[in-house]
Amino acid sequence: MLGRLGNWVREGQIWGSVFRHGVPRDRRTRAMAILSNVFLHLHPVAIRKSGIRLSFTWCMGGLTFFLFLVEVVTGVLLMFYYRPTVEYAYFDIEGLRAHVTLGLLRELHRWGAHAMIIAIWLHMLRVFLTGSYKPPREFNWSVGVILLVLTMLLSFTGYLLPWDQLAMWAITVGSNMARATPFVGYEGPGAAFIQIGGVPLVHAGDDARFGLLAGTFVGPNALLRFYVLHCVFIPLVVTVLLGVHFWRVRKDGGISGPL
Amino acid sequence: MVNYLAATSALDDVKHVINVLCEPHWFLIISVVALAVFLLKYRTVTKPAVAGTIGALCTLAFLVSCLDSNFVKIVTKADNVPIVMMMVLVGFLLWLAFRQAALNDERMERGEPLREAGADDKVLVWPDLVYIELIALVLCTAALVVWAIVLPAPLEQPADPNVAPNPAKAPWYFLGLQEMLVYFDPWLAGVVLPGLIIVGLIAIPYIDKNPRGNGYYTFKERPFAISTFLFGFVILWVVLIIFGTFLRGPNWNFFGPYEFWDPHRPAALLNTEFHDLFWQGLLDRRLPEHFLIRELPGIVLVVGYFVVCPVLLKATFFRRMYLQMGFIRYNVMAFLLLMMMLMPIKMALRWMFNLHYVVGITEWFLNV
Repeated sequence: MLGRLGNWVREGQIWGSVFRHGVPRDRRTRAMAILSNVFLHLHPVAIRKSGIRLSFTWCMGGLTFFLFLVEVVTGVLLMFYYRPTVEYAYFDIEGLRAHVTLGLLRELHRWGAHAMIIAIWLHMLRVFLTGSYKPPREFNWSVGVILLVLTMLLSFTGYLLPWDQLAMWAITVGSNMARATPFVGYEGPGAAFIQIGGVPLVHAGDDARFGLLAGTFVGPNALLRFYVLHCVFIPLVVTVLLGVHFWRVRKDGGISGPL
Repeated sequence: MVNYLAATSALDDVKHVINVLCEPHWFLIISVVALAVFLLKYRTVTKPAVAGTIGALCTLAFLVSCLDSNFVKIVTKADNVPIVMMMVLVGFLLWLAFRQAALNDERMERGEPLREAGADDKVLVWPDLVYIELIALVLCTAALVVWAIVLPAPLEQPADPNVAPNPAKAPWYFLGLQEMLVYFDPWLAGVVLPGLIIVGLIAIPYIDKNPRGNGYYTFKERPFAISTFLFGFVILWVVLIIFGTFLRGPNWNFFGPYEFWDPHRPAALLNTEFHDLFWQGLLDRRLPEHFLIRELPGIVLVVGYFVVCPVLLKATFFRRMYLQMGFIRYNVMAFLLLMMMLMPIKMALRWMFNLHYVVGITEWFLNV
């Protein structure tokens, strides 16, 4: 009965218009299943047998991408409940925990972020240990390193948003580093030489840390700045680079293997 | 009753020994030795029986440690749980990789094909890969949901710029960098060295001209590349994160895993400067007036390190590598390697001589 219903659906016009191939049961339709789907066609049609072995890839690159999607979905939902101002931020998080049904959103988002960082490091470890950065994949390794840095920046900017003691002081410790940037941080080597007639051009009110925090301390401007970076700018850049990364995996010959 | 007390005090002695062994210099030396033994004896260590025993012993040690309240307190702190998971994963995956490397290296010695061989041996992505991906996603989602239910995300008191927590820690993935702050000024620990980590990682494929070991697990064919990378990743990244997370307490003092985080413990000794050691200790003279002359010995030492070492290494250990890499690649590699080694060198100098700065031009914020 159920099988008959299934067949009826799959032979109908609606199903046929979405999936332009028959049930993937033979070689041709299985190839079509990959080729005619915009998401699945990130994959090649066929792949070397050693490449799908879990002991070879550890699945870490794929999981990093999946966790990125988890972060996007839970992040968008969190944005419904959160206002990035000093007056509201902390209490919105508190309210989220107290009043929102099935309030796992923040947990999923936070632990997903931690898991994503671990997964991306382990992905890098795997790619290194299999020598998969060697020609012709040099450039894609570089793109991957940038993605790794951006992932950590995503996490770093998100860390501030709950606006609790943990968040504010972690960002204070982290952003104080920028004060010491050579030449562009006011406590950095060389900054004292950048002056006109004894008037220093690099000072606490215009140095690298000021650019990061939009102020001389972690305050309302920093909160807004980190929010925009976290929710809009860095995810956009990551999305573009992910496209490049995946495309290059295909173009450089798929999952690596002995030549 | 008597036996019980004797057993408790014996356990306390063990805890004390472990607390001492977790002091930074011992912990780092033990980690480096462990990594070296692992790399030298990877074929023996990765045998399932040996690795299984090591894994079981570590698990047992962890479980026994959980009887200690100070240990439980630091390990189960919500934000520290992922780091415990990372330590387990890193250990397990290193075993997995080196087990396969050992098998491949033995196969190559016997002239057999690699485990990954068979480029023509292809399977269709539908269904073989897409189903693996689906299962991985489902398992990952399930694990994440369970994690989210069991462990609430931390939320402390509202942010207050007037009340600084002690210790104030960066997010856990940056704790390796915060640990470097103990040994270097922020311009190095927070800006230059992290920047060079990124540049160095990007440079790896352009420096490494070894054509072998492309696309399969091996250690024998690329011992230098893998050892260097693992020294950086395991010792200078993961171990330093462990320091920063589990062993750094109030006032950034070091605490053993079974020690109470006492905020009133006195801070470390006063540090000495290299210029004091040189002018007063060695030459028995007063410090020169001008700071450039005062710091000259330190500057010579640092510049000499970066100039002399590549030349010496080129003539000795790296002779073959230099021929393979050429002038530019070799010097970029040597510079990055020496930069990486600054951290363990500075740590050793601090532990042995309480050395603060090699070059201390505080006038320009230029301290090394």
